[in-house]
Amino acid sequence: MTTRIELTVNGRGRSVDVEPHHTLLEMLRDDLALTGTKECCLVGECGACTVIVDGESVDSCLMLGVEADGAAITTVEGLASGDRLDPLQEAFLETGAAQCGFCIPGQLVSARALLDDVPHPTRTQIEEGLAGNLCRCAGYEQIMEAVELAAARHGAADPAPHPRAVTTDVASTPDAKVAPQ
Amino acid sequence: MRTFDYERPDMLADALALMADADGAARPLAGGTDLIIRIRDGSIRPRTVVDVKGIAEFSRDIRIEDGWLRIGARTTMTDLLRDERIRRDYAALAEAAAYVGSVQIRNRATLAGNICNASPAADTAPALLALEARVVAVGQRGRRVIPLDDFFVRSGVTTLAPGELVEAIEMPVRSGRRGSVHARRTRRRGHDLASVTLAVTIDEDGVTRVSYGSVGPRPVLAIDDTGLLADPAAADDAVRGRLDELFAAAAPSPTSMRASPEYRLAMLRVMGLRAVQDARKRIAS
Repeated sequence: MTTRIELTVNGRGRSVDVEPHHTLLEMLRDDLALTGTKECCLVGECGACTVIVDGESVDSCLMLGVEADGAAITTVEGLASGDRLDPLQEAFLETGAAQCGFCIPGQLVSARALLDDVPHPTRTQIEEGLAGNLCRCAGYEQIMEAVELAAARHGAADPAPHPRAVTTDVASTPDAKVAPQ
Repeated sequence: MRTFDYERPDMLADALALMADADGAARPLAGGTDLIIRIRDGSIRPRTVVDVKGIAEFSRDIRIEDGWLRIGARTTMTDLLRDERIRRDYAALAEAAAYVGSVQIRNRATLAGNICNASPAADTAPALLALEARVVAVGQRGRRVIPLDDFFVRSGVTTLAPGELVEAIEMPVRSGRRGSVHARRTRRRGHDLASVTLAVTIDEDGVTRVSYGSVGPRPVLAIDDTGLLADPAAADDAVRGRLDELFAAAAPSPTSMRASPEYRLAMLRVMGLRAVQDARKRIAS
């Protein structure tokens, strides 16, 4: 039996019929077609599925979709504004932080949550802030450099760039659909 | 993941009724960082998942009430780290909470969930034991208070009655000075389960509480009221000897893949001495 929930994803109001046992990760990928968020370890160890829920980064594989009722969520797709990349995305490109790229959406989202909380983190704070995001290519050095670069240039992103406080019309949700069994 | 009924009651009475009606097949959901993993791997198969996050009594706050610092059931590890009183007066708990998982885990994982899960390696358990924590449990028969040392039984098992839920965890607000320290040994820095966890509190009246986990089926609390451990002038050898007596209940599993029993016991002694020394410094500063 599905439950109808309403939430804000990347600034846009969405309404989704979700199965109780489907995770937020499944809901984002399968119901909302936001496949930037990656499925990997499914036990909260790798961080590939990291998204921001009401201002806090979480592993979306460990949260039920129904628990997101009323929440404001930012996925990697919500970092850029139109054609303008998030400063972190620019910095990741410049330092060559993405190798195979699979972990990068999670790394970016965790880094965004970190910089929103601590605009100019120390190296130790960056290491701790990204400790929940594994990179099998071991491109950690470039990832750390990218976060330092973005922080040095911008620190916190522009005022209110994220849709956490944005309220939108939840009626305009044509592509939400019933989740498959 | 197997399906289940999801309920998110607003009223405590409704939550307790759901827990009772399911006859053992209901599981409470707070942060979900242990529960979702166990449902997915099939090790538990709840018929009903009762999300407690809508219940007013299960607050997400930390407040002082009748001489106790009360931590509501929905309070996360991140919430603990942000609380000035916890960082100042319950430093061992703040240090333990900072070690739990990663940022993403700490943003969801609750203190109540950490103790209800009753892992022998639970990061917060030794700190809470050394800080004299107690559990406020609520069931259809009413509320009761359980000293934390009477709460843990063995891995995954507590003295909560069927259908009972943890509403809050409380620690005494003390007038006297106390130094508290948490220490942890893992295979690698960062996101890993503990091979040894340990917490020490030293009070100005000379009582020292030593609590240790991950070296047996449940975390252990041992108390030194001889004043020896609290004495800055005590010889290290005498402190080691006294600690060895307090560590008598340590019985690490020989089958654990994280560390051998010999390693854990050796590290327990080293960490114990250092933590006692650090706690003395804290009470003096």
